[in-house]
Amino acid sequence: MIEQLLTDLTILVLAIFIGYEIISKVPVILHTPLMSGTNAIHGIVLVGAMLVAGTPEGPLVTALGFVAVVLGTINVVGGFLVTDRMLRMFAGKTPGGR
Amino acid sequence: MSLPHLPPNVIRSVYLLASVLFIIGIKQLSSPKSARNGNLLASVGMLLAIVATLLDRQILSYGTIAAGIVLGGLIGTVAASRVAMTAMPQMVALFNGSGGGAAAIVSSLEYLRFARAGLPVPPVSGVTILLGALIGAISFTGSIVAFGKLQGLVTERAVTYPLQKPINFILFLAIVAASAWLVVTGQPDVMVYAWFAAAALLFGVMFVIPIGGGDMPVVISLLNSFTGLATAATGFSLHNHVLIISGTLVGASGTLLTYLMCKAMNRPITNVLFGAFGAVVKGTGAAGAARAGAMAGKGVREVSVEDTATILAYARSVIVIPGYGLAVAQAQHSVRELADVLKSRGVDVKYAIHPVAGRMPGHMNVLLAEANVPYQELYDLDAINPEFERADVALIIGANDVVNPAARNDPSSPIYGMPILDADKAKHIIILKRSMKPGFAGIENELFYNPKAMMLFGDAKDTASKVVHAVKTV
Repeated sequence: MIEQLLTDLTILVLAIFIGYEIISKVPVILHTPLMSGTNAIHGIVLVGAMLVAGTPEGPLVTALGFVAVVLGTINVVGGFLVTDRMLRMFAGKTPGGR
Repeated sequence: MSLPHLPPNVIRSVYLLASVLFIIGIKQLSSPKSARNGNLLASVGMLLAIVATLLDRQILSYGTIAAGIVLGGLIGTVAASRVAMTAMPQMVALFNGSGGGAAAIVSSLEYLRFARAGLPVPPVSGVTILLGALIGAISFTGSIVAFGKLQGLVTERAVTYPLQKPINFILFLAIVAASAWLVVTGQPDVMVYAWFAAAALLFGVMFVIPIGGGDMPVVISLLNSFTGLATAATGFSLHNHVLIISGTLVGASGTLLTYLMCKAMNRPITNVLFGAFGAVVKGTGAAGAARAGAMAGKGVREVSVEDTATILAYARSVIVIPGYGLAVAQAQHSVRELADVLKSRGVDVKYAIHPVAGRMPGHMNVLLAEANVPYQELYDLDAINPEFERADVALIIGANDVVNPAARNDPSSPIYGMPILDADKAKHIIILKRSMKPGFAGIENELFYNPKAMMLFGDAKDTASKVVHAVKTV
């Protein structure tokens, strides 16, 4: 139990440092896509939703699991698509032209 | 229907690959050229993680999952492809709330699993489950309120009422007490848990309601980081490392953006969250009234479209300062057209973007990118401020508080200390504005009374197009 917790905490702490390092390098002009892109990434909670929705334990669990999967998928699909829409506008633009 | 199962170690390896793709994806966001590719890599990582999970032997029935993914995917696709760039902040808030809601439900179902099995909840699981549910629930309802405020469904003003802070504090204490009870006893108690969850949902509403619309960039960043942390907590409950890594990355991103936004306004986060900024129009005190009177006495100088066109056409350098008013008037395309006409006459045009212009971090850059303004012409505060002294014209369009000199020289002003764009250092200041109405913070702007300042009243989009025509005939 404690061993598992320590492993998880190690990963958490290292991820904090990596997160800080890579995110502080993102320029201000891309902060909105950064936010919507990372927003899509926390949609990974969909994986958790699938794991609980896939174990049939009665109507309440199924119903809540279904809602969690819907919400998680909206987060993932919507987040990535909207970020792509924004980044398309930034990509491939040269000074003074489009 | 039954799918083949993958061994747990293979699934964990795919999760590791997904985490790596997320990290590389975010890293590629550091340049506009590679950013789109980065987002694509992250979405590939997500797809791999989802497919691997489908092949997990824990999953026994696929019907619920398939239906949920189809419905969620449909809603997400339609919403993402229809949303206007001006409405991006509320869209991101909604997507963020969805993730928070999902995290809260997953944590709650974990709790329910213990209850159904009649097993005691070990303290570590109890803490992580409750944290995931609490933060996820706050993010869920908080994001919905933020959406309502940005969409204009709920008033943008900070909503305050008597005893607001004590009530919120008591609610918070009740949540803490319920959590402590659930963790310490260790016996699953679904009734107490349900009350805890309801209180957490309510707290999300109470938490965002007293925050004004102009402070939404901070709120959205903070809620984004909340959902990340809720996801990480869920990862602890499910012992799933990809959830911990991704959730933490997002938590770090949201926290950093929150910090940057607060720094840009020179206000501590506590002031943003609990200060009820923009609750009522400020300056109603005697001093404020006296100052307003003095300003009214001075009067502002109006300028015609033709004169504006002449000044702009014969300038060597023009710095455009766009504000939220520009987005509201949908004037970004007309403004870009104006910049094009000026550039064709050899005028040097730059855009000065204040960090809090717009309703989420970096929002103004997206709006201008949509209007095909090359991002090389967009300058942030530190880069552009030394340039104002050499500029012939500062053209302010729909911006107000971010150019208010009171932030520099009036310690009694609520925005005192906020770094501003030094528009008053340019030779001429032209201000496109709908009316003399104060900005979001409800503060008078003495810049409008500056002897160098000229007001061009009217709808920003309409006025900008008129100026374009006038410049062409100069």
